[in-house]
Amino acid sequence: MALRRFDLEAGGDTFAFKPETEEKIAFWRGKYPAEKQRSAVIPLLWLAQKDNDGWLSEPAMREVADRLEMPYIRVYEVATFYTMFRLQPVGKYHIQLCGTTPCQLRGAESLKEVCKKEIGNPMYVTDDGRLSWEEVECLGACVNAPMVQINDDYYEDLTEDSFQKIIGKLKNGVEAQAGPQVDRINSAPEGGTAILTDPALFDGSRNEVSRLPNLAEEKEADAPDVSPAGKPEESAPTNTKREVPEKSNTGETTLISNKEKEELVGERPETVEVTADGQDDLKRIKGIGPKNEDALNELGIATFKQIAAWTPENVDWVEDYMSFPGRIEREDWIGQAKTLAEGGETEFSKRVDAGDVPSSQDDED
Amino acid sequence: MLQDKDRIFTNLYGLHSPDLESAKKRGAWHLTKEMLDQGPDWICDQIKASGLRGRGGAGFPTGLKWTFMPKEVRERPHYLVVNADESEPGTCKDREIMRHDPHLLIEGCMVASRAMRAHKCYVYIRGEYINERHALEKAVKEAYEAKLIGKDNVNGWDFDLYVHHGAGAYICGEETALLESLEGKKGQPRLKPPFPANAGLYGCPTTVNNVESIAVAPTILRRGAEWFAGFGRPNNAGTKLFCISGHVNKPCNVEEEMSITFRELIDTHCGGIRGGWDNLKAVIPGGSSVPMVPAEQIMDAYMDFDTLRDLKSGLGTAAVIVMDKDTDLIKAIARLAYFYKHESCGQCTPCREGTGWMWRVMERMVKGEAEHDEIETLLDVTKQVEGHTICALGDAAAWPIQGLIRHFRHEIEDRINQYRLPRAMVQGAVVAAE
Amino acid sequence: MSDTFKLNIDGKDIEVPRHYTLMQACEEAGAEIPRFCYHERLSVAGNCRMCLVEWEGAPKPIASCAQTVGDMRPNRDGSAPNIRTKGDYVDKARNGVMEFLLINHPLDCPICDQGGECDLQDQAMAYGRAGSRYEENKRAVEDKNMGPLVKTIMTRCIQCTRCVRFAAEVAGVEEIGMISRGENAEITTYLEKSLTSELSGNVIDLCPVGALTSKPYAFNARPWELRKTSSIDVMDAMGASIRVDAKGDGVMRILPETNEEINEEWLSDKSRFVWDGLARQRLDKPYIRENGRLRAANWGEAFAAVKEALSVSSDKIGVVAGDLIEVEQAKAALDLFRALGVKSTDCRPAGAKYGTDGVRERYILNGTLAGVEEADMLLLIGTNPRVEAAVWNARIRKTWLWADLKVGRIGEAADLTYDHEWLGQGADALTNIRDTDFGKALASAERPMIVIGEGALCGEDGEAVLASALKLANEVGAIKDDWAGFGILHTAAGRVGALDVGFVPAEGGADTAAILSGGMKTVVLLGADEVDLSGLGDSTVIYVGSHGDAGAARADIILPSAAYTEMAATYVNTEGRVQMTSRAVQPKGEAREGWAIFRALSDMMGKTLPYDTADALRGVLRGAEGESTVFSGLGFAPGVRGIEALKQPMTSASTTLTSVSFGAVVDDFYMTNPIARASKTMAECSALASALDTPVAAE
Repeated sequence: MALRRFDLEAGGDTFAFKPETEEKIAFWRGKYPAEKQRSAVIPLLWLAQKDNDGWLSEPAMREVADRLEMPYIRVYEVATFYTMFRLQPVGKYHIQLCGTTPCQLRGAESLKEVCKKEIGNPMYVTDDGRLSWEEVECLGACVNAPMVQINDDYYEDLTEDSFQKIIGKLKNGVEAQAGPQVDRINSAPEGGTAILTDPALFDGSRNEVSRLPNLAEEKEADAPDVSPAGKPEESAPTNTKREVPEKSNTGETTLISNKEKEELVGERPETVEVTADGQDDLKRIKGIGPKNEDALNELGIATFKQIAAWTPENVDWVEDYMSFPGRIEREDWIGQAKTLAEGGETEFSKRVDAGDVPSSQDDED
Repeated sequence: MLQDKDRIFTNLYGLHSPDLESAKKRGAWHLTKEMLDQGPDWICDQIKASGLRGRGGAGFPTGLKWTFMPKEVRERPHYLVVNADESEPGTCKDREIMRHDPHLLIEGCMVASRAMRAHKCYVYIRGEYINERHALEKAVKEAYEAKLIGKDNVNGWDFDLYVHHGAGAYICGEETALLESLEGKKGQPRLKPPFPANAGLYGCPTTVNNVESIAVAPTILRRGAEWFAGFGRPNNAGTKLFCISGHVNKPCNVEEEMSITFRELIDTHCGGIRGGWDNLKAVIPGGSSVPMVPAEQIMDAYMDFDTLRDLKSGLGTAAVIVMDKDTDLIKAIARLAYFYKHESCGQCTPCREGTGWMWRVMERMVKGEAEHDEIETLLDVTKQVEGHTICALGDAAAWPIQGLIRHFRHEIEDRINQYRLPRAMVQGAVVAAE
Repeated sequence: MSDTFKLNIDGKDIEVPRHYTLMQACEEAGAEIPRFCYHERLSVAGNCRMCLVEWEGAPKPIASCAQTVGDMRPNRDGSAPNIRTKGDYVDKARNGVMEFLLINHPLDCPICDQGGECDLQDQAMAYGRAGSRYEENKRAVEDKNMGPLVKTIMTRCIQCTRCVRFAAEVAGVEEIGMISRGENAEITTYLEKSLTSELSGNVIDLCPVGALTSKPYAFNARPWELRKTSSIDVMDAMGASIRVDAKGDGVMRILPETNEEINEEWLSDKSRFVWDGLARQRLDKPYIRENGRLRAANWGEAFAAVKEALSVSSDKIGVVAGDLIEVEQAKAALDLFRALGVKSTDCRPAGAKYGTDGVRERYILNGTLAGVEEADMLLLIGTNPRVEAAVWNARIRKTWLWADLKVGRIGEAADLTYDHEWLGQGADALTNIRDTDFGKALASAERPMIVIGEGALCGEDGEAVLASALKLANEVGAIKDDWAGFGILHTAAGRVGALDVGFVPAEGGADTAAILSGGMKTVVLLGADEVDLSGLGDSTVIYVGSHGDAGAARADIILPSAAYTEMAATYVNTEGRVQMTSRAVQPKGEAREGWAIFRALSDMMGKTLPYDTADALRGVLRGAEGESTVFSGLGFAPGVRGIEALKQPMTSASTTLTSVSFGAVVDDFYMTNPIARASKTMAECSALASALDTPVAAE
């Protein structure tokens, strides 16, 4: 990014919004709370740029600052930070050529050559005032690379030829058709798509379902034995090669990232140093699978005895931490833990011990 | 291949009208009131159960994120802010949602707002998406007119949605930079904590979500968490919009099942690799910020969070940049280094100074105009940037280069040798003396 | 939740308040944390990344300046988090940041004014690597104009944004910003306009590198060759703590010293940059006017002439003390003239109606400068602290910004850099103030503070204003046992000290206005240049002072005296705090300390004063052993100790409050005294400020 400075000479001393822009200004200002009008600064600068032949002059910037009662330096910072604000005059058709890697891979560099040949150096305005260009960073139309934005519109899937033709038209004051310049519709594959053809998607038949799934009452009735998620509807396609990831670590259960959860309710339970030998198999408790066990171990909870000693405040804390309110009580972890801590067995632990509960198997098994 | 009946974004390509009536026929705004009536806990539980992970790049569980908002609204209102500042090179999926299926997004905003007890939502759309912004504004207007949103709407949850736009700054895709920008300032990321859920927009509790994460929410609730969770491998649930660009025969956007293999994705939707599978060199599987993966590792890999993480890369935004054997990888990565230099906000030292340094060295390496030990220095500089910055842009600038050096160090070395070769012949004595 | 948090820092267990930053905690544990952007009086930016420390278990190093201790979590086993401020991991992180800071920083230390007192230099030595691995071209940044005070060499800038934050937060004038982005980010004012804040010079101290340096000081000296003397500023009545840096017999620069009770660590531009005025327009020998022209004379001649001029009837002699008079001179002069039977002595501006009833609490700022931070409401009557006490204004602003202080003001409308309610421009606004919303809020406030400026006390109704403000203060609870929220904000450094020694008209004596109205045969001006001398008629004028200004121009006899940097002298600030300056350089030429002039003169006049040294004089002021006088205690403000006096009702001859607008005490911030008027730097600032004023007024 080059140094960005106002072209003070070209900007003159005055700027006034076009009368028809006032309505738009009011529209934008109406979006923000009265005491937060500063939020409108980017939209207003943008409108000012529109009303000033596509570039933002210094008086235009001041006009926006005055309207929003902002110090000039703060608006100046904004105007120079955001690269869509052009601080020097541009052509009637200003071409922003995306040069970032996805476009580069598909020929953006030859488009640059076209611009240099047809227009000149970046930010140079042709003598007739019609054209200017600059290289910009990714414009977010990567599957239609290479592409340029001319004023408001995207011109996609360009080749040197098609781009040259567009520039030719603009040079002569003829508008060019925006969008993909090859045989494709928007971001669909070239030559048409084989998907999204089922008429049932578009005729309203999707709305025949009259009731949401998983409503509270329904869930009560089902009382699922195993974890509720993960059961696709019968005919749903699944990846046949699917397998369980080696280690399901989303990274969310480390203490550091959990500091996001600022206000845990309840009280943190007593913790112990988790060691391999001093550790109970918490998975023998119904409701604790390998993932929950890992999370509990991370918290420093590794024995039945600990869980058996939890107070209601501890339960609140753990539930809040692990984000499953009500579950500990519902599944009676404490009761189970008490039994297990005293060397007893539960229905469930017997099944675990017998290897009947796959969700309680360790990963390596 | 994902079947049509399981697609969420049924107007992805804009083959049909984006207007309200058509959107309703495609299933939008159906049973919305019923969802809202279930209340925040139910919504959050369902989204959690669906296994939805944020679609903006970081992959944080969406339902969990929503629960970070305060359980009660006190004097400060809650805000939902939707991150539509889609600027990650390779990524162009949210654009399609906003211009072709905007009502899914608007409905999603409302459902998510209910889940986090917000009555106001801002959609921050990148400044360059002018037509997309107009399309979204039009849909918002339709929704207001149909009393689907607004005060006293038919869905029973007062809800206002405002579209805001940026003006050309990649960094505003970082959630706190986005909030700064939305407050009318430069987009410089904030220090965390405080996290937005405590002090976000205007100092109020705020959650920032990606467009896609929000737009899939209503359909998940309509069809059930299990349905969504049924796609993809565990911990990598759902369907996902993939953006395949670069050297494939037919680049395109497509919604597919998570954990689809790279090969299936490309063969099914993109007409294969340009010049055939033997011509594949490397792939950047998740937008420019993730390290590249060489052909042999990616070909049959699952396209999901965990697989790609294990390949020392990431799913990111699922923007798949394919590079064939004609690609000058050093140049491709040098261009990304330029991108990060251009987009660094300049706030913190390692990124402000490091991105320029890395780019300049990369430019020399494109030509081969470097010493062999500079590769190690460059790698060290990336490590000095990584993890030392306020936001993740520093990491994002470092990783592509690390990926290049990790997998294609020999190419850089060859380039350096080649650069020296003609000189060595002319000035053989001098080189030998070194 | 407990108020403290346990940490283990470098193996040392420590417990700190939860609101501490990790950096504070580390320092408490004795670890040194390098930093550039962090400054304890500015908001946290966290951008330089120099203060990284290791938090065991965290995936990356932590910026300790931005990490609140209370946001941290104990280890999994419940033990205190382990922080390391040393070791390879931390060294590597700092080393990397340091390298980044240096790659684009020029190697121009030998010609940099910051050299020798540069944070970057120091920390590069401590934390940097020996050589550079950077092979590319260094970045060059265009220098920016920031006005006559701040010189910029922007290539040196490390974008810490301390200056930006200072301008926005402390000075309250948003005029510095960081434009553009990435490696092209630049610090500038809007289109390179000059800084307008009265506090702008502080950015020089804040700048950790040589990007912002002192323009007047540029290339004048190296820090290690300067003689550094701690002293007291006299440019306003705050008495800020300063350090006077001198080389040979010249003052090379003035810097603030930290004094939490007065100036924190700031200094106004006038106090900081006035020093070139100390070398210009100096009276370095006695002068006598002959045939309408002043000629240089020796002390003997001058004393003879003075003796003659004082040989008139004592009724026909008037003595006026100026704004910068030190206590010793005031005491010696007063003692001598009283011995000569002179009653017409005054140290107040013309028309002033305070300081004569012997109640000290009615002419000092009882609430204290720092006290405003405890106030919840502040009523300013006839004062504009922004120009009268610029550094205090920043403290008011700070309290407004961070502690929600509400401010109301009576006087001509002005921009104080913080929101305030304007309640009227003349004394009559006080009449029904209790019925206004502000008045009601004042009455219900916990700690309201009422501050009166000289602007309100020098009009016809000055006495009535003081009386009704004091009454108001008592009514609204500004005066209670533990809170003295009432006082006067002076603008002249010498005023309170002179009042303390009783430099007011004796019974039947004339006041300043009367002395200067032409009725006197002989008028003695003790550095009195701010008064209207046009009515003196054919009075013989004896001027004792340091600078050739208005008084010297009118004088018939000039006795040269030392300026504030050239003597150890006592000043009492507006709070009643007794402080002393130190001698940083010798008095100019034949100039003598003021008290010594009068001691010598007393010999001539046959009324020898009972002290031979300044210490002896101060001994007299301190009083006898065990006796408590104003001057017995050095360095503290009396504060609430005057509560009982303030509770006494004040009788006023007149109770009429007029609608006449309170005049501005300070018209031109940069030109308030002879030293400032002699300064070229101040003249430049003044010219710039007045050029700026015009268009604003026209709007």
